[in-house]
Amino acid sequence: MKMYKMEKILEKILNDYQLNKVNIISILQDIENSFGYIPEEAVFWFSKKLDIPASRFFGTATFYSQFHLKPRGKNIITICRGTACHVKGSERLINRLFMELDIPPDEETTPDLKFTVEKVNCIGACGIAPVTVLNKEVHGKMTLDKLIKEVKKIKSNE
Amino acid sequence: MNKDIAIKVCTGTGGVASGGEEVLSAFRNAISSAGLEVTIYEKCSAHRVGCRGFCAKDVLVDVIINGEKTTYKHIKPDMVARIFNEHLMKGNPVTEWVVGEEYHTFHNRQTKVVLSHCGEIDPEDIKAYMTVGGYKAARMALTSMSPEEIVDVIKNSNLRGRGGAGFPTGLKWELGLRIKSDIKYVICNGDEGDPGAFMDRSVMEGDPHAVIEGMIICAKATDSHHGYIYVRAEYPLAVKRLQMAIDQCKQSGFIGNNIFGTDFGFDLKIFQGAGAFVCGEATALMRSIEGKRGMPTPKLWRSAEKGLWDKPTVLNNVETFANIPRIIMNGANWYRNLGTERSGGTKVFSLSGNVKNTGLIEVPLGVSLREIVYDIGGGIEGGKAFKALQTGGPSGGCIPAEHLDIEVDYESLAQVGSIMGSGGMVVLDETSCMVNTAKFFLEFTQAESCGKCTPCRIGTKRMLEILERITSGNGREGDIELLQELGHYIRSTSLCGLGMTAPNPVLSTLRYFRDEYEAHIRDKRCPAAVCRELITYSILEDICNGCGACKRVCPADAVRGTRKSLHRIDNDVCIKCGTCFDACKFKALMKK
Repeated sequence: MKMYKMEKILEKILNDYQLNKVNIISILQDIENSFGYIPEEAVFWFSKKLDIPASRFFGTATFYSQFHLKPRGKNIITICRGTACHVKGSERLINRLFMELDIPPDEETTPDLKFTVEKVNCIGACGIAPVTVLNKEVHGKMTLDKLIKEVKKIKSNE
Repeated sequence: MNKDIAIKVCTGTGGVASGGEEVLSAFRNAISSAGLEVTIYEKCSAHRVGCRGFCAKDVLVDVIINGEKTTYKHIKPDMVARIFNEHLMKGNPVTEWVVGEEYHTFHNRQTKVVLSHCGEIDPEDIKAYMTVGGYKAARMALTSMSPEEIVDVIKNSNLRGRGGAGFPTGLKWELGLRIKSDIKYVICNGDEGDPGAFMDRSVMEGDPHAVIEGMIICAKATDSHHGYIYVRAEYPLAVKRLQMAIDQCKQSGFIGNNIFGTDFGFDLKIFQGAGAFVCGEATALMRSIEGKRGMPTPKLWRSAEKGLWDKPTVLNNVETFANIPRIIMNGANWYRNLGTERSGGTKVFSLSGNVKNTGLIEVPLGVSLREIVYDIGGGIEGGKAFKALQTGGPSGGCIPAEHLDIEVDYESLAQVGSIMGSGGMVVLDETSCMVNTAKFFLEFTQAESCGKCTPCRIGTKRMLEILERITSGNGREGDIELLQELGHYIRSTSLCGLGMTAPNPVLSTLRYFRDEYEAHIRDKRCPAAVCRELITYSILEDICNGCGACKRVCPADAVRGTRKSLHRIDNDVCIKCGTCFDACKFKALMKK
């Protein structure tokens, strides 16, 4: 992204911050929502403007699972790792999905930035376990077969 | 045609997943083109969650004609036209889609207090809440009760914190009232992080006004004027509906200055969490609102003395607040008499796992676990055998069949090595490996440990490593004793509740299912055939008909065989992903 365009967005977040006197978690949430992750430049920009050490931003960002310091894939597949989903076999869904999408070990995003697979602790839809979220759409009672079909569908629409 | 018709469609998180929105708009389209006078209510998620056992894939719809209610299950948009033509226009219900007997048994066994509005009223409309008596309790509390009187009612009701620890709510409020300060806070803890618990989500989505009303009453009782609702980021629909409810309250004058014409003022904000389990802990949650890393602080003071920004703070759970308006309206005795001697009222549990009727249930404290699992839950899915009931999420334990007759309350669950927790109940059947289950919970707590205190940060990691080697077939003699010793130390020396309870899943499974640990360690065998490194897949000769389904789905090309002849699995290549096991329609695949 061009720097001036990014700066415009950051200015707007800064305005909101000064208007509503919210805290740095809200700033980080706004950055994450605007860019899909927390770019390093954005943190340094805010650190300078607000005179808050960048380490405080990074400390907070790395503490909460909602924040990401690396760019994320265009399609986001979330697999619930709640107890009910675990009992109904979510571990197998995850293993198979990482294999299907060729995601490198210790990563969660494909190198071409098309897919991100993430685990979430519990999205609270345990009644229809195992649950997956494909691009913000919640799918219940997921099976290996259905999941692979859905992923292929997304792939072919790319 | 002069009929009074109401249709209620579920549209909660799960409802949307099952196509609730589409069903709703199909009904709306059909009605607007026919011009009937029909009101469409959106049924909230909590109720539909309660019926999940029946509407697992699809949507539950209530059609009420002149007060007569018919409930349909498994409704899809393309089924709407027939219901519309036959039932709404001609008055003949489509009987084959109507719910069966078990639906009514499921509900009749329950006592609904907190969930009484969920699934009945439109959560996005303050008027719907007010027609069922909403904000009467708050009006009464603000205009005709003193803070001391409110505290007395809550104390007498025997209500205890529904977040899990069970601290008496009235006592907490009394302390909050007694401490004087220019600024005090009321916080609602909606950071429902326990995997397997979703009652708070359903209440926030299905009856947000009840939570807000409870908070207004609490504010009056403790003389606070500022409030926060802390909601997890994973619950977007709850955030949306709470925000709508707050805006409607502001317009109606229930939040702001001079509420109900009194000189009492209260303002309320939502704070969205950012994904950290430990933030469900009170002190960590407050640090999070302050914009810091959500790490717990040593409890030198009670939060009622020094909480958010070092000001006196009363923090309660969503379900606790939702109980308050009902207690004020119906009186302390009514609530007290619902429960046991030690804890009053009802508790909502989320029942899930290998049980027929999964969903939210609300029962008076004191019912037996057996009633919950077998009468309300309908027993185990697919005729398998019951193995354990996991309660209290990662802080709780597994309860074996021999203890199913205990009466549910805070103390009795603690006695059998588990906890009440926020009310998650996951049923495990014979296909669950208890060592794997313990490992699952420890993986969770280990990842969610904030890292501040050593016993939790390093202790849980070591315990997890031991469990990993046991489940991968490398367990050693003495591992069980080591787990017990570590568990004991972590429990007694951790800073906050997360660490103090983290060993519970391991210790309770060791207590009741030690033989499974021993089978893993000594015989390198997983009795439930779950642990990947210890099982092999094979194809049963006399059942396989050579359809080739397993071969087609195998991602590792480990299945050998030609069409219509016996297939077999090449175990050197097999990656044990289990895809073939699911794909075989003839149950010819075996794992052991």
